[in-house]
Amino acid sequence: METPDSIQLEAVKRSKGLEWLMTVDHKRLGVMYICSGLFFFVVAGIMASLIRIQLAVPQNDFLPPDTFNRMFTMHGTSMVFLVGMPIIAGMANFLVPLMVGTRDMALPRLNAFGFWIFLFGGCLLYYSYIGGPGLYGAGSAPDVGWFAYAPLTSKAFSRGHTVDYWALSLILTGIGSLATAANIIVTVFCLRCKGMTMFRLPLFVWMMLVTAFLMVLALPPLSAAQIMLLLDRFLGAGFFDTQEGGSAVIWQHFFWIFGHPEVYILIMPGFAVASEVIPVFSRKPIFGYPVMVAASIMITFISLGVWAHHMFTVGMTSVANVFFATSTLLIAIPTGIKIFNWLGTMWGGKIRFATPMLFCMGFLFQFLASGLTGVMLAIVPFDWQLSDSYFVVAHFHYVLVGGLLFTIFAAIYYWYPKVTGRMLSEKIGKMHFWIFVLGFNMTFGVQHILGILGMPRRIYTYDTDRGWDLWNMISSIGVIFQGIAILLFIYNILSSLRKGKEAGPDPWDAWTLEWATSSPPPSYNFAKLPEVKSRRPLWDEKHPDDPDWRHE
Amino acid sequence: MVLFSAVAMRAEEEIHNIQNIFEPTSTPAEGILEIAWVVLTICAGIFVVVAGLMVYAIIRFRAKKDDDGSEPAQVYGSNQIEMAWTVIPLLIVLVLVFVTARKTITIQNMPFPEGTLEVNIIGHQWWWEVEYPQYGFITANEIHIPVSEGDIKRPTIINLESADVIHSFWVPKLGGKRDVVPNYPNQIWYEPDETGIYLGNCAEFCGTQHANMQIRVVVQTPEDFEAWLKNQQTPPREDASVATGRRMFESLACISCHAIGEKGANNGFGPDLTHLMSRQTIGAGVADTNYDDIHQWLKDPDSLKPGCYMPDMKLTDDQLKHLTEYLLTLH
Ligand code: HEM
Ligand SMILES: [Cu+2]
Repeated sequence: METPDSIQLEAVKRSKGLEWLMTVDHKRLGVMYICSGLFFFVVAGIMASLIRIQLAVPQNDFLPPDTFNRMFTMHGTSMVFLVGMPIIAGMANFLVPLMVGTRDMALPRLNAFGFWIFLFGGCLLYYSYIGGPGLYGAGSAPDVGWFAYAPLTSKAFSRGHTVDYWALSLILTGIGSLATAANIIVTVFCLRCKGMTMFRLPLFVWMMLVTAFLMVLALPPLSAAQIMLLLDRFLGAGFFDTQEGGSAVIWQHFFWIFGHPEVYILIMPGFAVASEVIPVFSRKPIFGYPVMVAASIMITFISLGVWAHHMFTVGMTSVANVFFATSTLLIAIPTGIKIFNWLGTMWGGKIRFATPMLFCMGFLFQFLASGLTGVMLAIVPFDWQLSDSYFVVAHFHYVLVGGLLFTIFAAIYYWYPKVTGRMLSEKIGKMHFWIFVLGFNMTFGVQHILGILGMPRRIYTYDTDRGWDLWNMISSIGVIFQGIAILLFIYNILSSLRKGKEAGPDPWDAWTLEWATSSPPPSYNFAKLPEVKSRRPLWDEKHPDDPDWRHE
Repeated sequence: MVLFSAVAMRAEEEIHNIQNIFEPTSTPAEGILEIAWVVLTICAGIFVVVAGLMVYAIIRFRAKKDDDGSEPAQVYGSNQIEMAWTVIPLLIVLVLVFVTARKTITIQNMPFPEGTLEVNIIGHQWWWEVEYPQYGFITANEIHIPVSEGDIKRPTIINLESADVIHSFWVPKLGGKRDVVPNYPNQIWYEPDETGIYLGNCAEFCGTQHANMQIRVVVQTPEDFEAWLKNQQTPPREDASVATGRRMFESLACISCHAIGEKGANNGFGPDLTHLMSRQTIGAGVADTNYDDIHQWLKDPDSLKPGCYMPDMKLTDDQLKHLTEYLLTLH
């Protein structure tokens, strides 16, 4: 019999590759986003390893200085824009429509456009390696750091096209992110299934929504600044070029008006994952749902007013310094509330330590640590010592790796069965977790000490007599463990694709709508659009005696 | 005899190689440490309490092996508890804001008496120009300042300017860092209470040789400092035995970037070399002021500091020898 289903199956068989290239299905785009993010993660990780090899011993000449500078610039730029952002976009793309019970994103074509322009931007950034003195001389890849401070980026100090590649490719990936953000906002506002009020949205969706707003507010200032930079470089406009009378400090304001919210764009999806995984594996609803929503919104607002805490050493007045210290410290309150609410969720539960939960536990401790080092950096005078030292490198890796990357791993272990229909190996997953925890804390934990001993960041070499040797060596050895863990992870992903245990629609006994459809979901998601009465529709179904809606 | 005393001008203070910010030796750095302890104590306390609760929850509420598979009590929240963990952090934040404001304002808005020693520092890709405006001389990469003794405080104001990109001036044991921004003059101050040589580094990424943009601050007794000042203000002695080298220096392109005494470029493109041998390093910390290192530097600056802006002058062996010998007399 020719059902619509089998017709579609035929089409897929005929031209699988082409189907992927031309798809506007949110799930496929989500998977493509995540896979490209993981690809760039490996590339940027290799560059990080090269950096750490160079720094393992004093006065190493493994990398020449300019190559080293390109490595940390491309590492930082890639990790933020080509790893963090697309993986977040991918998760949102795959999950938001399923979680709100609809068939696709609101603007599927824009969605596809966003992905392809992101990928093009990423390739453009890496194309820079091939220009200039060629591959061996590490090409003319950008070498000005991921925040590309003026006037180092002006024509006078950065000849060739390194900075142009940096600016152009990020303008493009920025357009991609805006497309995703617009899509999330419209989808959440307009396409929720019947009964899904705003206060029944899964917290994951809430936080992605808030993140999307943050993207819309924060990305345009970056693109504007980059366009101004290109005008400087090609037409001599002189916005940031101090030799033309421009201002170097204005660049920093522009950059961090984008850059600080960006940090929250990266970490809020981490919160989103934790807010789904922790309840399911504690077997309890999230503690204080309305407060969690309020805290997310508060973080969004406050995070728009803290940017100059990246500039305490630039020489602002003491009034401005204290103002930004205050706003920064205030953000600790909603963030703290979140940590306490996850704790409250675990309290009195029956915690199952499957791999996704393990990664969320790692996240909780490491994010707590990074939050507290963040408080230290907000104390203006303390920051005068710590900023631009290895302490800062440690701090933001605890946020980005200890926070974001750990929850990304949690998310992949948690939703892989939904995406592929098969489970990842729990045994390899647990090895991955423990080896990675060890390696990560080894690499970045000791960097706090290096900062306290006065080691500046972004130096390619150092002398033996500064007391830094041992700590740098430990830090580099940690990378070996991280590398092994990542190899296990990749092996797990690839081998489980074929050999993994069949998952079934709801392997974790979870409660949100994505688990109400088959794994992987059909292209139309739900045969019949669902209807919900509470925040945990599947709980209601499984416990008709004590449904959730009685408690809301 | 003259030569002997000149050699002695080189600072002989103990070098504090390890720049631990927890062992400050100057008023602003000590003030920073004070507030750092307050913050560290609070943060460590929070960490112990919260991480402790997490560990407790993880151990206490793990699913038992013989679990019957029933669901635990479903708790949705509690207004009192949420109130508590909003208000307590708020109080802690208010304390932190208060101590931060006080310390920031005292350090940043410190008043200084008329005639306080001032040093002008100009950051260059990848070295530091150092000027003593009250005494009218210029040197490089090494800053000398006097120590405080008991109640007699001897602060030094350091004015920061950049000739090209953004740098950041940071000597951890003496004080926090301050950015060195073109067209945007900044200031930082020290009031050291222990003699010695303190190391620091440029802390803001400034291009190829950011790593080798080191700083040396020599904190001296007032007598030693006076003697050093006097020496720096004296024109270089003309030593007849190195006349050939001196002529080469003036006839080759060296003089278009470097100055020695009255002669040469004061364009600040390269460091002033007048009293080169009174300093401990060349290339902002990459090598020492001895025959071999200077010879190597003249022969091929890139071999010591790849990418630096001093060109390879393609000197002959004979020129190298004479020039090195001449530079070695600049005490
Ligand atoms: C997992 C292994 C990783 C290792 C071993 C690693 C290592 C490093 C190292 C050694 C640096 C240079 C520090 C310096 O001298 O400035 C660095 C910089 C940086 N890393 Fe990572 N990193 C890792 C992952 C990540 C991830 C996952 C992210 C973000 C999602 C990230 C974001 C950054 C950023 C933004 C910079 C600053 C680059 C700059 O200074 O321009 N890193 N990393
Ligand atoms: Cu510098």
